[in-house]
Amino acid sequence: MHDVLTTCVYCGCGCGLYLHVEDGQVCGSQPSRHHPVSRDNLCVKGWHIHESVTHPDRLTTPLIRKNGTLTPATWEEALDFTAQQLGRIRDQHTGKAIGVLTSAKCTNEENYLLQKFARTALNTNNVDHCARL
Amino acid sequence: MAGLATTFGSGAMTNSINEIENAEVILVSGSNTTEAHPQVARRMLAAVDRGARLIVIDPRRTRLAEYSHLHLALRPGTDIPLLNAMMRVLLDEGLADDLFIEMRTENFLALRDMLNRLDLTETAELTGVPLPLINQAAQLYGRARKAVICYCLGVTQHVCGTENVQTIANLAMLAGHIEKEDTGVDPLRGQNNVQGACDMGALPNMLPSYQAVANQDYREKFERTWGTRLPEAPGRTLVEMTHGGAQGSIRGMYIMGENPMLSDPTLKKVEETIRGLDFLAVSDIFLTETAQLAQVVFPAACFAEKSGTFTNSERRVQMVRQAVAPPGECRADSEIIMALSGRLGYAMKYDSSAEVMEEIALLSPIYGGMHHDRLDQSWGLQWPCWDRGHAGTPFLHKYYFTRGRGHFMPSNHTEPGELPDREYPLLLMTGRIYHHYHTGTMTRKSERLNRECDHAVLQINPEDAKALGLRQGETVRLLSRRGEITLAASITDQVATGMVYTAFHFREAPINLLTNDAFDVGSGCPEYKVCAVRVAKMMSS
Ligand code: SF4
Repeated sequence: MHDVLTTCVYCGCGCGLYLHVEDGQVCGSQPSRHHPVSRDNLCVKGWHIHESVTHPDRLTTPLIRKNGTLTPATWEEALDFTAQQLGRIRDQHTGKAIGVLTSAKCTNEENYLLQKFARTALNTNNVDHCARL
Repeated sequence: MAGLATTFGSGAMTNSINEIENAEVILVSGSNTTEAHPQVARRMLAAVDRGARLIVIDPRRTRLAEYSHLHLALRPGTDIPLLNAMMRVLLDEGLADDLFIEMRTENFLALRDMLNRLDLTETAELTGVPLPLINQAAQLYGRARKAVICYCLGVTQHVCGTENVQTIANLAMLAGHIEKEDTGVDPLRGQNNVQGACDMGALPNMLPSYQAVANQDYREKFERTWGTRLPEAPGRTLVEMTHGGAQGSIRGMYIMGENPMLSDPTLKKVEETIRGLDFLAVSDIFLTETAQLAQVVFPAACFAEKSGTFTNSERRVQMVRQAVAPPGECRADSEIIMALSGRLGYAMKYDSSAEVMEEIALLSPIYGGMHHDRLDQSWGLQWPCWDRGHAGTPFLHKYYFTRGRGHFMPSNHTEPGELPDREYPLLLMTGRIYHHYHTGTMTRKSERLNRECDHAVLQINPEDAKALGLRQGETVRLLSRRGEITLAASITDQVATGMVYTAFHFREAPINLLTNDAFDVGSGCPEYKVCAVRVAKMMSS
């Protein structure tokens, strides 16, 4: 077993915690003693953070809607189809017809890339997230 | 956080979380801190242990209110008159910080004139808080040497959310309670990386680091680095995008890790809009309500399966480190975005999240000194951090406000968008609870968290319950002009008569079917906190 120091995802406090890893699976967590916010303490959400990571309901393959139902597809298919659809809307109706929502649960780097993607590749400033919710 | 940006020039917590522990007076407004920000609440209670005074402004008797020295149980939606009354007391008692006002602020006369026209007795009546209590709270806050104000969504989720925040800022500036250690104004952010998403320019009108889209110089800077022309006009906000209806102007959407089908106000309109799209792609870790309506769903890696950074409420940028490989065919969102961008004719290539951060540092002044190697060897750095040599900024606005001078923005009372009437006599407030997080996409998957609390309850005052003939735990119907849900009644004096309260984590009782989509013009924040409802027994109509 080994521990990986990381940051909690469940609220804006941003506690530092260790994830316990065994056989390539996250199996528990523990507060960081010296982290300025957690100071050896987590709330109940932080202590159970691993449960959502290993949950059996996690999506594991791309899905495409075929005849009304979402069916497993390859990455190539899913990416090609998405790019083709977004490209078509952008070219026919301009970028103003496309909306992009980024996530307050994703990293800074991912948020940066997605807003860059919206503004460059999709040519739209319609980009927002659930800041106010 | 448009309110703080207009008054101080920067919409973030002015202090660090740990500074709250050293304050002499802590004023908490519209924040159920023990449930939503456990670590911040811990600092507040530690301060109280050491003799600090705690003032809680909340319509409900929350757990924090029970620990408080003064609980101002205001009528929902009357934050502005309450704070205005407090400021008037400060003026009358000579507790305004004249030197600070003179040296560091502007537009004070407008505020003073407005306050002097105020009838204190009338204002107190409007808020439902006795005048002596308002007086006591104002004096406590005004006389303290170190005082912080913490507020959360209870303040911002009103039609007048921006004015509410500006009024809080007015109070802090009037008393000179800003710019110092252990003293300031601290908005507590809801989700873990809301601060970061805003900093990164995930906003329709802002490029990264709050550089306005409308400003040509900023646009040109980004155009040079990104090597392409950028659209000039600011874009649409989330509410504008998701409430266009079936014939709205948005034809296609890409949604990363968000679930507007559960978190948005007035769900029916959102569903209509989303079903009316030509195309929707969603990337998420679970098949959320929104993903179920998509044409394409991408399985994303979660926080334990990728590396990068989050920015917490106190502006601390810290590392997220990969612990395990993503399950199945899951991929990190950064990979998905790069793959799509290339296919759409704009190539992006980064070998690591550290490389992305280098570009962020290059283009975003407040992140100028953020590099993964530095963040990796510390507990993170608090922005603004201008360059590699800069140690970060634990508290903001020392010597000068981000915008130069602090700007007083006087405002008057605005009635909520919808008030109780004969047909819908109760006032519904919504919020969150300790065991779950936002729409529950993640926390609801935890067996143990579900065991603690797995259903929505409607808090109702014993008197109202009696009038309706309700028993504890009875399933009731909750109706508004927009929809209806059923949930269990919890009879408690935590809420006053005429008011009911529930949380929004539960898909079985999607409360946003009922809420009002009147929203704040300043920030685009929906009015979740107040709408008119009626409670009915299951059998009756
Ligand atoms: S452990 Fe609790 S208090 Fe700490 S960041 Fe996670 S959710 Fe917030």
